[in-house]
Amino acid sequence: MATEVIRVENLDKRYGALEVLRNVSLSVTKGEVVVLFGRSGSGKSTLLRCINFLEEPTAGIIDVGGVRMEVGPALRARREQINQIRRRCGMVFQEFNLFPHLSVLENVIEAPCTVKGESRKVASDRARELLARVGLEEKADEYPIRLSGGQKQRVAIARALAMQPDIMLFDEPTSALDPELIGEVLSAMRDLAKDGMTMVVVTHEMGFAREVANRMVFMHEGELIEDGPPSRVINSPSDERTRRFLEAVL
Amino acid sequence: MASLPASARRARDAFERRSERVPYRLKLGLVWLGILGVMALWFLSYGFDTEFMLEWAPYILGGVGITLFVCIASIVLATTLALFGALGRLSGNPLFNGVASFYVSFIRGTPLIVQIFFVYLAFPQLARFAPEYMSGFFLLDAIPAAILALGVNYGAYMTEIFRAGIQSVGHGQIEAAHALAMSATQTTRRIVLPQAMRVVIPPVGNEFIAMLKDSALVSFIGAADLFFRASKVGQQNFRALETLVIAAAVYWFLTSVFSFFQTRLERKMGRGYVRERSHGH
Repeated sequence: MATEVIRVENLDKRYGALEVLRNVSLSVTKGEVVVLFGRSGSGKSTLLRCINFLEEPTAGIIDVGGVRMEVGPALRARREQINQIRRRCGMVFQEFNLFPHLSVLENVIEAPCTVKGESRKVASDRARELLARVGLEEKADEYPIRLSGGQKQRVAIARALAMQPDIMLFDEPTSALDPELIGEVLSAMRDLAKDGMTMVVVTHEMGFAREVANRMVFMHEGELIEDGPPSRVINSPSDERTRRFLEAVL
Repeated sequence: MASLPASARRARDAFERRSERVPYRLKLGLVWLGILGVMALWFLSYGFDTEFMLEWAPYILGGVGITLFVCIASIVLATTLALFGALGRLSGNPLFNGVASFYVSFIRGTPLIVQIFFVYLAFPQLARFAPEYMSGFFLLDAIPAAILALGVNYGAYMTEIFRAGIQSVGHGQIEAAHALAMSATQTTRRIVLPQAMRVVIPPVGNEFIAMLKDSALVSFIGAADLFFRASKVGQQNFRALETLVIAAAVYWFLTSVFSFFQTRLERKMGRGYVRERSHGH
């Protein structure tokens, strides 16, 4: 029953002599919420960014929804494939990266109109629905600078959803937020998980992970150390390094 | 200060209190009026011929059209060249980058006046080597030659402005666009350039104002612009002071008007970057 939507095989990523990812393999099935955690520099963000090719892996295979990419051949020939993968993966960044020259609504409809060629009308209608879903329908005509961090991040979620992705990638979505604004973003993510969205989340929010994730994956120095349901990973980690990290953050 | 007698100190304090009530801008205006008044009196005392000025003003002002036309056409050409120049300078393609960097280096390394003469006087010599249908390009009248030279020259300087503007757009913006499956071209056109424009508008406005003044150089190849007319009439009648004052005043007026519009445009482009509610509708 479980359809595999992301498959990462033997992924390596090096910057010169620096090995950021070492032989990482990961499989995510439809509807799963996978939390990647670990110290900064452990490679969790890099792994996430390799899935939609914001980073070019050095070696390995990435398969997203049947679009299989082997690292190696010239990038040019693969642009079309990379864009197919990117259409299937929505991404939310730590720093929001909203487009400051566009209003909230324009931020959300930009990609559907430009990439998919949707009419402004169709895209705007859906954008308003999505903004309502993250509780920001009345901010549609504001510019991002007038929003709080939490509101910005919720707009960023709506913007990613506007491309109707199969998968959502979250790269530390609450790390740049004031503590009192984290809740609203996590709650939008929780709703998304409840609706059955496949999600890969890099986060330090252990409470969110325990409550929402199906699986937790611990990374350490570019390697995937531990992979299992939150109850087991948090309560009885099998690796000493996981245990030590959890002791430090919990 | 302490050595000042009490009465003098009181008078000074009273003066300062009264002075505080006068708006600062009004004081500035009075200083300007004072300077202009002194200049006017000075000129008039040397037999400034206002009748002569009025007689020739319409002819001299007739050059404003040419000055503005040359500037506007040149800035359009310069902006286009600068945009491609900047994209070339930022390109990984060695051909584009090489052409763009050669253009910037060569043009910035030679005087504008030489370039203007080059287009007007040296190009015709090249015309005989060009095929028939292209010879028109090498045999330019003064005004098209001026536009070509000014546009190419300012385009080289503006290439660096555009390049800095494009580079000022954060990498996160480009990543966000890529993550939304936008192609490199779509990202440049829809995300990077509009944001770069905001950064680029003020310095381009400055370039345009500089060009209004540099355009006076085209009079050297006989384009009948504002300065050409002013200096011709002035020299023929030994009344250069009068005609050049007209020309200077008109240049000053034009640059002031463009500065004013540039400020308004900047404010408009700042939408989305200012926290205050700037659009009241």
